[in-house]
Amino acid sequence: MVKEIDRVGIPVVHMCTVVPISLTIGANRIVPATAIPYPLGDPHLSADEDKALRRKMVEKALVALQTEVSEQTVFEV
Amino acid sequence: MSKIKVVHYINNFFAGIGGEEMAHVGVERRVGPAGPGLGLAAALGDEFEIVSTLVCGDNYFGEHTADAVAELLGYIRADQPQLFIAGPAFNAGRYGFACGTICKAVADDLAIPVLTAMYPENPGADAFKKHMIIIETRNSAADMRAAIPKMAACAKKLAHGEEIGSPQEEGYIERGIRVNYFAEKRGSERAVELLVQKMRGEQPVSEYPLPVIDRVEAAPAVKDIRKCKIAVVTSGGIVPTGNPDRIESSSASKYGKYSLEGMERMDKKDFLSIHGGYDRTFILENPNLVIPLDVLRDLVKEGEIGEIAEYFITTTGTGTSTGNAKKFGEDFAPKLKADGVDAVLLTST
Amino acid sequence: MKLELGKIFIKDVQFADHTYVDKGVLYVCAAEIEKLVLEDSHLIACRVELAHPGESVRIAPVKDAIEPRVKVSGGQIFPGIIGKVNQVGCGRTHVLSGAVVLTVGRIVGFQEGLIDMSGPAACYTPFSETQNVCVVIEPREGLETHEYETAGRLAGLKVAAYLGEAARELEPDEITVYETKPLLEQIAQYPDLPRVGYLHMLQSQGLLHDTYYYGVDAKQFLPTIMYPTEIMDGAIVSGNCVAPCDKVTTYHHLNNPVIEDLYKRHGKDINFMGVILTNENVFLADKIRCSDMTGKLAEYLGLQGILITEEGYGNPDTDLMMNCKSIADKGVKVVLITDEFPGRDGSSYSLADSTPQADTIVSCGNGNVIVNFPPMERVIGTLDYVEMMIGGYDGSLHEDGSIEAELQIVIASTIANGFNKLSAKGY
Repeated sequence: MVKEIDRVGIPVVHMCTVVPISLTIGANRIVPATAIPYPLGDPHLSADEDKALRRKMVEKALVALQTEVSEQTVFEV
Repeated sequence: MSKIKVVHYINNFFAGIGGEEMAHVGVERRVGPAGPGLGLAAALGDEFEIVSTLVCGDNYFGEHTADAVAELLGYIRADQPQLFIAGPAFNAGRYGFACGTICKAVADDLAIPVLTAMYPENPGADAFKKHMIIIETRNSAADMRAAIPKMAACAKKLAHGEEIGSPQEEGYIERGIRVNYFAEKRGSERAVELLVQKMRGEQPVSEYPLPVIDRVEAAPAVKDIRKCKIAVVTSGGIVPTGNPDRIESSSASKYGKYSLEGMERMDKKDFLSIHGGYDRTFILENPNLVIPLDVLRDLVKEGEIGEIAEYFITTTGTGTSTGNAKKFGEDFAPKLKADGVDAVLLTST
Repeated sequence: MKLELGKIFIKDVQFADHTYVDKGVLYVCAAEIEKLVLEDSHLIACRVELAHPGESVRIAPVKDAIEPRVKVSGGQIFPGIIGKVNQVGCGRTHVLSGAVVLTVGRIVGFQEGLIDMSGPAACYTPFSETQNVCVVIEPREGLETHEYETAGRLAGLKVAAYLGEAARELEPDEITVYETKPLLEQIAQYPDLPRVGYLHMLQSQGLLHDTYYYGVDAKQFLPTIMYPTEIMDGAIVSGNCVAPCDKVTTYHHLNNPVIEDLYKRHGKDINFMGVILTNENVFLADKIRCSDMTGKLAEYLGLQGILITEEGYGNPDTDLMMNCKSIADKGVKVVLITDEFPGRDGSSYSLADSTPQADTIVSCGNGNVIVNFPPMERVIGTLDYVEMMIGGYDGSLHEDGSIEAELQIVIASTIANGFNKLSAKGY
């Protein structure tokens, strides 16, 4: 799905835990997520901290979307 | 009993209209078999009838593909065949491309079986082997005598709707379709044998050769995110409570598009996860862990991003074939574009 | 470690007023089994049903399959779970070979499977050929799913251990001795044969619960080494939820085919050194840490060749590929065993991940193909959940009781450890 979005010219950032799969299938902008059962945030934190972490990850994704990439790039949070 | 009607496609050279210098000729229809079609008709036997032979120059086909296909389809529809055969193209690249293209067009348009033949290194083979049976030939027309019986045998099976055997049995180029069978020995025993061979320094044949995966260039970055419209797509299996479109928990055959209008955050009363590949406890409690709507709303309010699309697109990633995932993407990506979406967050579990 | 494995071949199972074995027939006392299962207050009902090969019977949703075994000497079966924590893998173990306990009951996740005892779909599961004691359980109303999973898992293990007791005093029909020596002695025993190991990847994605090693949750351990015989005494127990076709049931741990087949050639053309155990966790850091360690352990053991098996598909394919790369980079020859999910038409990529080092793969079949299951006269359990189970879909269950679903709904049909003969090839 990621590639089809890039293909029509819309920049897309793939937020996922298993970065190797994302690299294998060919996503170009990748932001690593926390864990498979909870990609964005961390339910073990307090509600505020969880949301703050989620925001940090989304902000990193926005940085990725504003960055030109010529090869597959992982944007570490 | 009426005969099974066949339409055969060949290029100008095999129709006897000169060689390379005549490759610009357009589409022509001849009644009955011609060129290699004569041998093919004999091999097919009395049960079949080649009602017409369609001819086209390879350059004309290559340079005016859409027109050539339309013209050819017009003739083919009128003849109402039950089977369509093209070639053999051997190692002629443009001819191979033409055979593959018209076969695919006929299969899509008339929903009848199609068949062609070419050399495995013909660029047409790589481009079209997934879509049709391509009988494997050698690299020159000297192989015609061997190619025709193989084409005829396979054509008969296709016309009768019989099961097509393995590439080795039928002599076609592997399409990359994975088919089950029962081996003589169990998997662990085969694996030990392969390992012993490998340790001896041999390179045994892998039962599953890993594919080469295609790449797409990254779309250009957005200039100013504060003016952008952002959409969220997920493979995390988040759906409205009740799963109205009954998306599967694994091996999804469809995706859904659901409204976010009027919602400040993803509420567990409104959404759940049907994904069969992870422990859903956390996400059932807080779906924002997959669709970060709470954060996105804040960012819009603070002017950090322009707006968000008032919907999300979702499916289940686990066990979903790459073919289906690609199909979903091909379907919704243009819709996102048409809707003015500038950038996408795609979240996966 | 040296284990004597004595098999008593069971060719039929019948009800009786007490449990015993006579002339290859296992007689089971349903009342005693029910009493044993209902000792757990999480379960409110239990019914025992028998299923024999060739009968018109469908069993669903199946949670686990366990083979009845008993430790005649050298510890207690299923250590750390129902036996006390104790070292197993030595001494003598008796097996009621051909008999299987199946736990059945309404689903806890999407991941329980189906078994047909006859008809066209029977050939896909080994349990259509075994004498099955089905333990159908019903949980207390409102029981939390994790607790339900635990209750179901323990019920199956307890019943298998209970039946296994019937084998304690019997004279086995066949005795096989398996032995792996401590590292240096094992190398010295066959100095000229290539040293081979087995990397056993345990499912630990936390789908409800996981696989257990001596009672330890597999997602909490780091890669370790074990003697192969330990597994034959129940050192590893299945508690995970994974696509039914891929489930390495407790039966399959007890009868691990890779270990059996490596022992068959041990001392002939290979020197089987032992098993490396690892997990399949949901954090990338875990995947990196553990695959680094499997490479290190393979090097440390001086292996020249290794077989790797996985459990599950999707992100575990990444663990498989990372382990493959890590070990191959140490100069060890690697062969992978896996199954394939290339879509219903068979034309997509079969695995979620790949690496150039994965150049030798054994396929255990395509789990996405559609299979038709004709109606059966008797259903053990219920078909209510068929459309929710993995492999099922909207419209899978027809009114006459026939089912159309992906092969992956069948328990252990494409199990990625090479237990079955099913494979796939390119068309």
